[in-house]
Amino acid sequence: MSIEKVWVLAEAADGSPVATSLELLTQARAMAANVAAVTWGGGAATMAGTLGDYGATVVYDVGDLGGKLPGAPVAGALAELIASGNRPDAILVPATYDGRDVAGRLSAKLDVPVLTNVVGLSVDDSTITSEHAAFGGSLVVKARFTGDGPGIFVVRAKSFAAEASGGGVPTIEQLAVPDLGASAAATVLARHAEERTGPKLDEADVVVSGGRGLGSAENYALVEELAKLLNGAAGASRAIVDAGWVPYAHQVGQTGKTVKPTLYIACGISGATQHLVGMKGSKNIVAINKDQEAPIFSIADLGVVGDVHKVLPKLIEALQARR
Amino acid sequence: MNVVVCVKQIPDPAAPGALDPQSHTLVREGKLILDDSDAYGVEMGLQLAGDAGEVTLVSMAPNQEVSGVRTALAMGAAKAIVVSDPALKGSDALSTAKVLAKAIERVGADLILAATESTDGYTGTTPVQVAELLGLPSVTFAKKVTVSDGKVRVERQTEAGFDEVECPMPCLVTVTAGVVEPRYPSFKGIMAAKSKPVDQLTVADLGLDASSVGAAGARQEITSVAAAEARGGGDIVVDEGDAHERIVQFLEQLKLV
Ligand SMILES: Cc1cc2nc3c(=O)[nH]c(=O)nc-3n(C[C@H](O)[C@H](O)[C@H](O)COP(=O)(O)OP(=O)(O)OC[C@H]3O[C@@H](n4cnc5c(N)ncnc54)[C@H](O)[C@@H]3O)c2cc1C
Ligand SMILES: Nc1ncnc2c1ncn2[C@@H]1O[C@H](COP(=O)(O)O)[C@@H](O)[C@H]1O
Repeated sequence: MSIEKVWVLAEAADGSPVATSLELLTQARAMAANVAAVTWGGGAATMAGTLGDYGATVVYDVGDLGGKLPGAPVAGALAELIASGNRPDAILVPATYDGRDVAGRLSAKLDVPVLTNVVGLSVDDSTITSEHAAFGGSLVVKARFTGDGPGIFVVRAKSFAAEASGGGVPTIEQLAVPDLGASAAATVLARHAEERTGPKLDEADVVVSGGRGLGSAENYALVEELAKLLNGAAGASRAIVDAGWVPYAHQVGQTGKTVKPTLYIACGISGATQHLVGMKGSKNIVAINKDQEAPIFSIADLGVVGDVHKVLPKLIEALQARR
Repeated sequence: MNVVVCVKQIPDPAAPGALDPQSHTLVREGKLILDDSDAYGVEMGLQLAGDAGEVTLVSMAPNQEVSGVRTALAMGAAKAIVVSDPALKGSDALSTAKVLAKAIERVGADLILAATESTDGYTGTTPVQVAELLGLPSVTFAKKVTVSDGKVRVERQTEAGFDEVECPMPCLVTVTAGVVEPRYPSFKGIMAAKSKPVDQLTVADLGLDASSVGAAGARQEITSVAAAEARGGGDIVVDEGDAHERIVQFLEQLKLV
């Protein structure tokens, strides 16, 4: 048996649904006959085709938010819809900044729990079981949702593979945002995008990441150079993002991107569980670290005990020579 | 300006964590320390509160633990509310948020700060739930916070870069570890912290119904706990000046060069 109705938050980035939304729509199809997507920000009409292709038969569109941060208005609109009697069994939310804000707000409004760090979902006899990565991803905890729906599940990227179903164009239903008073007052004044060249971190076939072992912000250029030579993307540990060496968009791990490339090269990264959870799904892992005891070696297919300042320049030179 | 900082006290992350085999909840016995992630909120709060204002800490702890809170008091916070109750065992993020919201209501804050996520639970939803329960706006993932004219200005981290967000106070802001450099408590601070007021409250003191919090409110039943799929290590080579050649070979095998 399955459940009846699942909603998926389809967050947009650059005018398309984020990859995790499509992964979640695919999974939602396996869980329920009735799948709807929720959009905001004004792109519903443009995205409807894709959302339908991945299984949404209805798109609930909260529309343009007038610069407001999405958390409160999107949760407010969904709570109204639910109050009107349209109650899904589950709401699947990509683990993004805005996704978490919507999920948290909606949970408090509906007085239902929000289940986070979800990496697996299944339905058995109308009961939803979720798998969670706990302790920095070292344990997998399975839990049964026992409350009344909707269960709100915040799901990590790449937990499911996205597969189009070839569904038709869904109907779009506009949702109104109720008056939320002060709680929706946070407003975006300006957006700043950092420049990016080469493939996206979470889509690249090769990811080269640097950590504190690089010694300084300047040395990150070695990581970028190696990534470029391999047509890959440059990643980072949180330590060097917090230190301000590189922008957050490069962070791999629990609070950053989840990557599953063909090859991941970790340079001067110790291998904390919170970093590993974001990259241990890589098909091949190479690690360069001067400490033989570094935990990263326990998951590396090729571990080089050495100094990144020596190994990286030589490696770069060797690859340049082959071009 | 009065700032409330939510601070979580957690088992030392250096000591491996454990789940209780019976209840499947995190074991939170013994000494707890200030979650490192919350040191940033405390520092930010101290800087924003200024001389005319003060920082009040709010913490929910299972066993009346205050050692982590004392660390934050030693940094300079004025006072603390610590909520402890056996009924809170097994609390999920929402019931934690209910408790924190009730405790914060007693203080009357212009600004509430929390971390983007805790080190041990890392749901990352508790603070927004607190804001919703209090009917306040929130800005998550701040990497810079300034205050003027009754408003906060936040540089909010995004996938692409950052957004400049403005929000009227009172409001809640979650801060990342990049936001400020936390101070180390001074000896004087540590001594002073010993006599700073710590208000110990129970669920009943807050006027909350015990059946809406703790395991009773969680609506989730843990059915199994297993080690994540292990991934074995492979070859280890010690660089003798030629390790880059091994890497090139490896790249060749993968047909990446
Ligand atoms: C709630 C929470 C969420 C987190 N989320 C993330 C996350 O998303 N991503 C993440 O990465 N981290 C995350 N962390 C942080 C994580 O715990 C680690 O602190 C971080 O990953 C460490 O980064 P690092 O490996 O660069 O630095 P370190 O741990 O300091 O390691 C540096 C390594 O470099 C090596 N080294 C030094 N010099 C050289 C040299 N010359 N040549 C070669 N090697 C050298 C050292 O031996 C060491 O192993 C999170 C932590 C918490 C609490
Ligand atoms: N028990 C608690 N006491 C005080 N603050 C908390 C507690 N739990 C969570 N928080 C705050 O909420 C943030 C996010 O926590 P979490 O939702 O567990 O990731 C933490 O970093 C704290 O700032």
